[in-house]
Amino acid sequence: MQDYQTQKPTVLEILNTHQAMPGNLLPILHGIQDTLGYIPPAAVVDIAKALNLSQAEVHGVISFYHYFRETPPGEHTIRICRAESCQAMNGKALETHVKQQLGIDFHETTADGIFSLEPVYCLGNCACSPSITIDDEVMGRVTTEKFDRLLATYKGAK
Amino acid sequence: MSANNEIDYGTPASSSANQVTLEIDGHKVTVNAGSSVMRAAAEAGISIPKLCATDSLDPFGSCRMCLVQIEGARGYPASCTTPVAEGMKVCTQNDKLASIRRGIAELYISDHPLDCLTCAANGDCELQDTVGQVGLREVRYGFDGENHLDSEKDTSNPYFSFDPAKCIVCSRCVRACEEVQGTFALTIDGRGFDSKVSPGQNQPFMESECVSCGACVQACPTATLMEKSVIDNGVPEHSTITTCAYCGVGCSFKAEMKGEQLVRMVPDKNGQANHGHSCVKGRFAFGYATHKDRIITPMVREKISDPWREVSWEEAIGFAANKLKGIQAKYGKDSIGGITSSRCTNEETYLVQKLIRAGFGNNNVDTCARVCHSPTGYGLKSTFGESSGTQTFDSVMQSDVIMVIGANPTDGHPVFGSLMKRRLRQGAKLIVVDPRSIDLVSNSPHVKADYHLKLRPGTNVAVVTALAHVIVTEGLADEKFALERCDVESFGKWKTFVALPEHSPEAVAELTGVPAETMRAAARLYATGGNGAIYYGLGVTEHSQGSTTVIGIANLAMATGNIGRDGVGVNPLRGQNNVQGSCDMGSFPHEFVGYRHVSDSQTRMQFESAWGVTLSSEPGLRIPNMFGAAIDGSFKGLYVQGEDIAQSDPDITHVHHALRELECLVVQDIFLNETAKFAHVFLPGSSFLEKNGTFTNAERRISPVRKVMTPLGGKEDWEVTQDLSNALGYPMNYSHPSEIMDEIAALTPQFAGVSYEKIDEMGSIQWPCNDETPDGTPIMHADHFVRGKGRFMLTEYVATEERTSSKYPLILTTGRILSQYNVGAQTRRTENVAWHEEDRLELHPHDAEVLGISDGDWCGVKSRSGETVLRALITDRMQPGVVYTTFHFPHSGANVITTDNSDWATNCPEYKVTAVHVAKVAQPSAWQQEYQDFSDNQLSLLENRIAVNE
Repeated sequence: MQDYQTQKPTVLEILNTHQAMPGNLLPILHGIQDTLGYIPPAAVVDIAKALNLSQAEVHGVISFYHYFRETPPGEHTIRICRAESCQAMNGKALETHVKQQLGIDFHETTADGIFSLEPVYCLGNCACSPSITIDDEVMGRVTTEKFDRLLATYKGAK
Repeated sequence: MSANNEIDYGTPASSSANQVTLEIDGHKVTVNAGSSVMRAAAEAGISIPKLCATDSLDPFGSCRMCLVQIEGARGYPASCTTPVAEGMKVCTQNDKLASIRRGIAELYISDHPLDCLTCAANGDCELQDTVGQVGLREVRYGFDGENHLDSEKDTSNPYFSFDPAKCIVCSRCVRACEEVQGTFALTIDGRGFDSKVSPGQNQPFMESECVSCGACVQACPTATLMEKSVIDNGVPEHSTITTCAYCGVGCSFKAEMKGEQLVRMVPDKNGQANHGHSCVKGRFAFGYATHKDRIITPMVREKISDPWREVSWEEAIGFAANKLKGIQAKYGKDSIGGITSSRCTNEETYLVQKLIRAGFGNNNVDTCARVCHSPTGYGLKSTFGESSGTQTFDSVMQSDVIMVIGANPTDGHPVFGSLMKRRLRQGAKLIVVDPRSIDLVSNSPHVKADYHLKLRPGTNVAVVTALAHVIVTEGLADEKFALERCDVESFGKWKTFVALPEHSPEAVAELTGVPAETMRAAARLYATGGNGAIYYGLGVTEHSQGSTTVIGIANLAMATGNIGRDGVGVNPLRGQNNVQGSCDMGSFPHEFVGYRHVSDSQTRMQFESAWGVTLSSEPGLRIPNMFGAAIDGSFKGLYVQGEDIAQSDPDITHVHHALRELECLVVQDIFLNETAKFAHVFLPGSSFLEKNGTFTNAERRISPVRKVMTPLGGKEDWEVTQDLSNALGYPMNYSHPSEIMDEIAALTPQFAGVSYEKIDEMGSIQWPCNDETPDGTPIMHADHFVRGKGRFMLTEYVATEERTSSKYPLILTTGRILSQYNVGAQTRRTENVAWHEEDRLELHPHDAEVLGISDGDWCGVKSRSGETVLRALITDRMQPGVVYTTFHFPHSGANVITTDNSDWATNCPEYKVTAVHVAKVAQPSAWQQEYQDFSDNQLSLLENRIAVNE
């Protein structure tokens, strides 16, 4: 994991930008995760101090939302939808396939550090179930074959 | 957990003046509007099963155990979150409700260890009670599924353990930490089935932000958060209500006992000072009371280089009496004196000063208030007419603007600090006047000072007068109040004085280090922001102009009409548990009980006739004068009850010199404290658990101290004083402290109505309590000032003689921290050392860089009085140029450095301003080495004492 001291200026800048905004904790947490890929636990001290909250409160919010992570992700994060529509459209089989292909379970990162895998509950793309996202891109009607192609593309890009 | 069958009403009482009548299970019930259905039922004697509700916390509605049916309402509302309504018809029990509750209990129990018989909370567990109440008979889900039973126990806190396997995630601990304590150290980590209580970022308690106040332990309905003393000893079998012996908040506690063994201290929900809250000291740090260092046999010796000799009480008292009589015969009546204790009860303090005035025949009596709040006595007496704070603690809940000057409530008066934070979270404005960034400034979640006047130590008077300048010159004074209630001539003079241009914020900005605009804004806020209340502490009094600042504060309150009602006032946060009481009880050399001057012949005659002796009309020696006279050779004998002057008083080498000059030093204490190392007679004291009496807290509240165990030394402190008096030839014959209180009441107008019967009946009483105010006086000066008209006094700023120079470029100021208490004689002998094991020198990063000091380095701190060595703590709480330390450990020698400067009116030492030089060093100072040798030698003389039977 990276030394927090090198990340601290980024965190402080994000805190600074959102300082005056009411209800700024979630935007700040998103800002940090968008920039650093995760929320370093050490950043919680700075966030709490800047927002006049306790560290426990900030931690409570981070841990409540599964989207927020406190460890660095792989280069690309794959999220598989596990909500009703996707499950009805064979999402379960896709899930098994993906895990097999990557050799990891949910909340894990591949040994080469390229992919992290997370579950997600509804991407609002139900008409095109089953859906996944890779990083910020939503993809629908993902069959096992389509997934393999996508995987190859992302690996190739690497 | 609530102890010993106390009723828990589930939700807090409503303060509404309106009443609502409803029907619960067919009974007509009338309660305050805004009450919950649960509370209304409890008040009617109907107990609705509950888990997440408790009457110290706002309703939460998470456990769903308290569901009821309400006629005309859909479904099954939670009775804790449903407010009562007129004509509402509630059913608390039927088959459907029973079935729902059993279903909920079943789910809880399916993930709970079934070890009730060996559980520490067996017999004192709300989960156990509730499950019993709902009649759960089987768990259909079995116990094989996913569960939390293997969760790791956190035993990091020395006083309580956290066992998540037993947790039902009701959030009571999390809410208590937030609502009651205001630390927000706990949260729920995760969600759903993964939810678990987490200190900080899922850290052990000791590594989190937890301050160990015990609110979470108090709130926990299971054995999840449990006192280790209960785990070790089992559930207590009886309890007695008594008063904490630490700070001036005076929290009411239940001492929960097994026989004569104290198992735990539980804050009393009905305590009028603390309402069921506590801090780490009162709640947990009671182990000192039975510590192996307690000395329980009297000891004597001819010289302080001799080993101690254990003797009988009779011999020790006789030895002391002979010595003192001999000294008086040789050097005159005035060659001896005594010091009363602010740690002891009112009755004991009264008796010591009576012994000195009537038995010694002089007025050489003083008390530790000399070194803390004597300027409060002087300043408030001169302006308002009474030497005490004006409010109740609860008054802060009506304040709109709170000004904290030279006080650090979250450390020094933690339980009141929590109440103040609660009010601040509700939106009251905050002004902090302090050289340090105390926690209230910005380090308490959801609390932030609107203005922090980060002044240079020693410039209080200039700042307070500048605030007055703004109020007067900008026309913000409450002229109507001042003209009606105060002395008009003094008001006029004061206005002219403060309006002078040299008192403007702009004129003193450079001197005080506070930007003029900040002072102006703070003054405007205080004068116009609604109810304005001032709270102050030793940062005001312990200065060469301590009394002047107190007067300045009183002036501000009078000029803005912030006196005489709830939410306003002038509130000294008094340090010791009974410092208010010891002052009330005539501990000062110039005053009899009730602050009446010894030269007042009418008062003197009253005491002479009651005590059957002739009394001196001359004020006696103050503590610093006693030291001076000892060194001059005119003062030879001293009786010190429960005060450690050899550690707590300033310019300690001077104090030690004086003590060595004494021919007879009699120390009465529970430990061989630093002072006792210079003593010739040691009389074992009794802890607050070993005697009956009363303490008076900072809000003038007289609370009962009750004996829960036999004194280890065999005598309560008042008995020892009585024996000494009898041996000296002045007869005393009390059989119980209540008789002493009766005598105090008979002799003192403010206490005329006080008696033990009344205290038992009311719980506690705020003086004045007499025929006019038979139930006591929560708010002083309501219709008129005690002295008639409030008197404004001029507050000319005179800089302290203690100034920085090229030789001593930094200013040292001193203070306290949460976990240790004053000289630390008690808290150092408890697990509280886990939080603070040594005194450190706090300094600003800028100064540290200039001096080449890193965090943890040894620093030599040198003043014109002496030198000591402390480890550095680098923090931006400090301002550049100012360093800070505490004096909880004798070998820190903080008072080696402090000087003999003192308040012009009362001699209160200037602990808060010492010019020092700081440099990195490699070894302890010469003083520390010498004192270590002396102390080691004294401890070996104690170790090798000649036993009583040899």
